[in-house]
Amino acid sequence: MSLLAAPPGNGAGGGGRTRRRARPASLQGHRWTPWLYLAPALLVLAGLLAYPIYQLGLLSLLEYTQAQVSGGEPASFQGLGNYAELFSDPQFWDVLLATVVFAAACVFGTMAVGCALAVLLTRIRAVPRLLLMLAAMGAWATPAMTGSTVWVFLFDPDFGPVNRVLGLGDHSWTYGRMSAFALVLMEVVWCSFPLVMTTVYAGIRAIPAEVLEAAELDGASLWRTWRSVLAPMLRPILVVVVIQSIIWDFKIFTQIYVMTGGGGDAGQNLVLNVYAYQKAFSSSQYSLGSAIGVVMLLILLAVVLVYLRLLRRGGEEL
Amino acid sequence: MRKPRRALAEAAAVAVAVLVAFPLYWMVLSAFKPAGEIRSDRPLPWTLEPTLDSFRRVFEQQDFGRYFLNSLAVAGTVVLVSAVIAFLAAVAVVRFRFRLRTSVLVMFLVAQMVPIEALTIPMFFLMRDLGVLNSLFSLIIPHLAFSLPFAVWMLRGFVKAVPEALEEQAFIDGASRARFLWQILFPLVLPGLVATSVFSFISTWNDFLFAKSFIISATENSTLPMALLVFFDDETPDWGGVMAGSTVMTLPVLLFFVLVHRRLVSGLGGAVK
Repeated sequence: MSLLAAPPGNGAGGGGRTRRRARPASLQGHRWTPWLYLAPALLVLAGLLAYPIYQLGLLSLLEYTQAQVSGGEPASFQGLGNYAELFSDPQFWDVLLATVVFAAACVFGTMAVGCALAVLLTRIRAVPRLLLMLAAMGAWATPAMTGSTVWVFLFDPDFGPVNRVLGLGDHSWTYGRMSAFALVLMEVVWCSFPLVMTTVYAGIRAIPAEVLEAAELDGASLWRTWRSVLAPMLRPILVVVVIQSIIWDFKIFTQIYVMTGGGGDAGQNLVLNVYAYQKAFSSSQYSLGSAIGVVMLLILLAVVLVYLRLLRRGGEEL
Repeated sequence: MRKPRRALAEAAAVAVAVLVAFPLYWMVLSAFKPAGEIRSDRPLPWTLEPTLDSFRRVFEQQDFGRYFLNSLAVAGTVVLVSAVIAFLAAVAVVRFRFRLRTSVLVMFLVAQMVPIEALTIPMFFLMRDLGVLNSLFSLIIPHLAFSLPFAVWMLRGFVKAVPEALEEQAFIDGASRARFLWQILFPLVLPGLVATSVFSFISTWNDFLFAKSFIISATENSTLPMALLVFFDDETPDWGGVMAGSTVMTLPVLLFFVLVHRRLVSGLGGAVK
C-alpha cells in the first residue's frame, strides 16, 4: 500500500515557499544535531536496504545454490554468467514481456477508472458521492491477500456468482492465460483505483470553480474539459499517481501468486517477482533469482529517475 | 437539460458503488453462510440461516487467534518503532538547514521506491545470519526498513505545518530541545503520525511474501496470510473457511482505515493546494 507517495506539500508548486528565517544560533544547536536525529533512520536504511541491495548484486554474480546454502561448498565467482544464462532463456523474455504488458494494462485501467470516477464525483450530490467513496474505501483497505481469495471465489467455476449471472456455466477463468491475467487485472484495478480517484478528486476540488464554469459556458464536452482543462492542471498529481502505480503494478506478487499460482507448470501467468521467487526458493537457484531481482531493480530505478526529473522540472522545493 | 443528466450520473455512481462493494459483501455473506449454501451451484445473494460455523472452524482447527495476534504484534511493533524514528528524521530534514539536506531527502524518496520484494533473497540470508529466521523478528525487521522512507516523506509535510514561531517561543520560554521535541512538537504532529502509520500498518499486515519465505518451519509464528492459505491451497478449497478467515483479516484494516481516512485525505489535499 505504500504506493501512496503524494506527500503533503508536494505537487502543484507555487504553494508558498518556506522562507528561510534567520534564527538565533542557540536554536539551531550544534551542527551535528540534525545528524543525531537522522542517525536511527540512516542506520536502519543502511543495514536493511542498502546492504541487502549490495548483497543482491553480489549474489547475482556468484554461483549460489543449495550446496552453498547448506554451507558445504564455497561460493564461486561467476562474473556475468548468471545474466548470460538468464538472457539466453526464452522464458525470461516471455515473463519480462508479460510483466511489462500486464503492468501497463493495470496502470492504464487504474488511471482510467480512477479519473473517470473522480470526474463523476464532482457532478453528483452528497449522498451518492458518499456511497461511492465508502465503497471505494472498502476496496482500498482490503489486503491484497483477501482481495485475491475473494475474487477467485467470485469467479469460481462451481460456486461463484459471476459465472451464474453471466451464464458462463463452468468456464474456468484461471485456465486460459489471457483470462487468468484478466481476472488478476480486474482485482488489481478494483483495489487500486480508489487511491487515484480520491487524489484526483481532491485535486479537481482545489481548482477554482470559475475555470470549470468557463469551460462549461463555452460548451466544452466532458472529454474536452478533461483533456484541455483538468488534465493539464492536475498534471503534478497525475504524474505522482502514474509513477506510483507503475512501481506498484510492476512488482506485483501476492495477487498473481494466490490467484493463478503462476499459471501451472508452464508458468503461463508468471511475472518477474513470482519468477524470481520460484527460481530462488522453489528450485534453490538463488543466484538466478538475484539476477532477476537486479533486472527489476534497474527497470524501476529508471522509472524513479524519470519521476525525479519531472519533479525537478515542476520546480518543487524539497 | 441539467437535471436528467445529473440523475443519470447519480444512478451510475450508485451502480458503481454497488459493484465495488459487492466483493466485500460477498466475502462477509459467505463467511456467515451455512456449508450447504456455499457449496450450492445456485448461490444466493442472501442467507436466511446465518451461522458462525465457518468462524468456529477457522479459529478451532487453525488456531487463527494465535496468527491474528502474531500479525498484530508484527504490525504494531513496526508502526510504533517506525513512527518514532521517522518523526526524528522528519524533524531533522524540515527544521534544520545542513549540508546534504537535499541529498538526504532525495535518498528517502528513492528508498521509498525500492521494490522490497526484489530484496527477498538477500533479506533471507541476512535474517539467517542474524539468527531470526522463523521468528516474528524476521518480519518486523525488514518491514521497519520499508515503512520508514515513506513515513519520513509523509511526516515531512506535517512537521512543516507546525509554525516555526512556536519553536522560537518555546526556546525563549526556556524549554530544552528534548522537551520541545517530545512535549510540544510530538503531540502536534501526532495526527499526522497516525495517518502515516496506517500505511506501515497495512503493508505489514498484508505482507505475504516475507511471511512465506522467512517463516519456514515454525508454524506457531505464522501470520494471517499464511494461515489463510492453508484453507485456500487445495484442490477443493473450504470456501466458507477462506471467507471467514478473509473477513477476520480484512476487518482490522478496514476499521483502522475508516478511523484515519479523514486525516489521510486532508494530508493528500495538501498535495494539491
